[in-house]
Amino acid sequence: MLSKRVIACLDVRDGNLAKSVKFVDTKDIGDPVEKAREYYLDGLDELVFYDINASSDRRNIMLDVVESVASQVFIPLSVGGGIRSVADATDLRLAGAEKINVNSAAVQRPPLIAECANAIGNQNVVLSMDIRKVEATRKLPSGYEIVINGGRKPMGIDALEWALQGEQLGAGELVVNSIDADGTKDGYEIALTAMLSEAVGIPVIASGGAGLPSHLYDVLTEGKADAALVASMVHYGEYTVSELKRYLHEHELKVRMSW
Amino acid sequence: MTIIIDYNAGNLRSVQRACHEVGLQAQICADPDEVRRAERVIFPGVGAAGSAMKSLVDRGLDAALREVINAGRPVLGICLGLQISLDYSQENDTQTLGLIPGEVKRFVLEDPRLKIPHMGWNEVRPVTQHPVLAGIDPGDEFYFVHGYYPRPSDVAYILATTEYESEFASALGKDNYVGTQFHPEKSGRVGLRLLANFANWDGQC
Repeated sequence: MLSKRVIACLDVRDGNLAKSVKFVDTKDIGDPVEKAREYYLDGLDELVFYDINASSDRRNIMLDVVESVASQVFIPLSVGGGIRSVADATDLRLAGAEKINVNSAAVQRPPLIAECANAIGNQNVVLSMDIRKVEATRKLPSGYEIVINGGRKPMGIDALEWALQGEQLGAGELVVNSIDADGTKDGYEIALTAMLSEAVGIPVIASGGAGLPSHLYDVLTEGKADAALVASMVHYGEYTVSELKRYLHEHELKVRMSW
Repeated sequence: MTIIIDYNAGNLRSVQRACHEVGLQAQICADPDEVRRAERVIFPGVGAAGSAMKSLVDRGLDAALREVINAGRPVLGICLGLQISLDYSQENDTQTLGLIPGEVKRFVLEDPRLKIPHMGWNEVRPVTQHPVLAGIDPGDEFYFVHGYYPRPSDVAYILATTEYESEFASALGKDNYVGTQFHPEKSGRVGLRLLANFANWDGQC
């Protein structure tokens, strides 16, 4: 039986680890390569790097980080942030990323998903969605809206509709990131995650809001997620990766326990 | 020299990096003559069976790989590399290399909650002793990403099984050939152990 995955997300800015709260006011908290290695040795199942100033000309710093992590960390490595073309995706793949995450650029130009899927395989293209809760309307029937540019720009696109379109275009996995829950440590957006996981046939990674081990349990059961993404709760040493996995294991969720 | 066969099928450098980590210097190479001379060959691959076979044949690498097999030198197939080592794949209705008798089939699952591809960590249970699986214990998990699975014509070729609704063969072996459906290069310590075993294997069972 497949294990539920615990994934750590490392936001990287200028080669340093940053953690955002509600996407603004980021502060640097250390060396991403060192953290990645530490989590890997502690039983992490997968790593996501997010380049938070990818729009600038600092792309090569990120490629160096990826290259250096990939030669020390032998679990799947996923990279996102500012991917606008197949060339961006293949550069990151060559540097050692297994999967690439597309987000804002795919919302603005959906064929990007299909282009990347054709170039590097569906299973390696992750559609990352930043989502906020809104009042359900005719235009936004699910009551959830897609936002882009790090949570700053609402797009008037229904989240459920976009998830289904993303799958149709060839995304192999979805990251469901609630910007309402992000940084709060009050728990994941369970209803949103469950709704999207039931709607699509591809794996769903829940993101935003983890503060306690029980939050992971809730989103992996009630929220029907295949994987749970964590950030600050491990970055600041409140919990270790192995503590989270032990908690899930003790609560009878199937997780990888030998590493 | 150990060669990682390059036939334009996926990210070979991650395999190379993992080999490097266990002290196996491996060269990524698309030249059939170099492949023929290799002491040891890794045959990875990600993508679709149809285009992978075409690319392999176009480069003359199919014949080179057969020669390495016939010479008794150790070969490790990974993921799509394993799949196109059987006779036939349902994916793109493709005739494949026939290094191991059997076929590759699409997962058909009853449980709607189970997703395809089978992606993530799952247990690999060795069903027989094999030098390449030394030190791999029941309960050890490896990383998988695949929508098709191998079904050898003889259970004697099955080295390990994995459960995804039902059991499938997740590692196969025949003489000097072993193949894994999972990705040892992405499977942490146990994956590196398997690669280290392969690096030290003489091709005898």
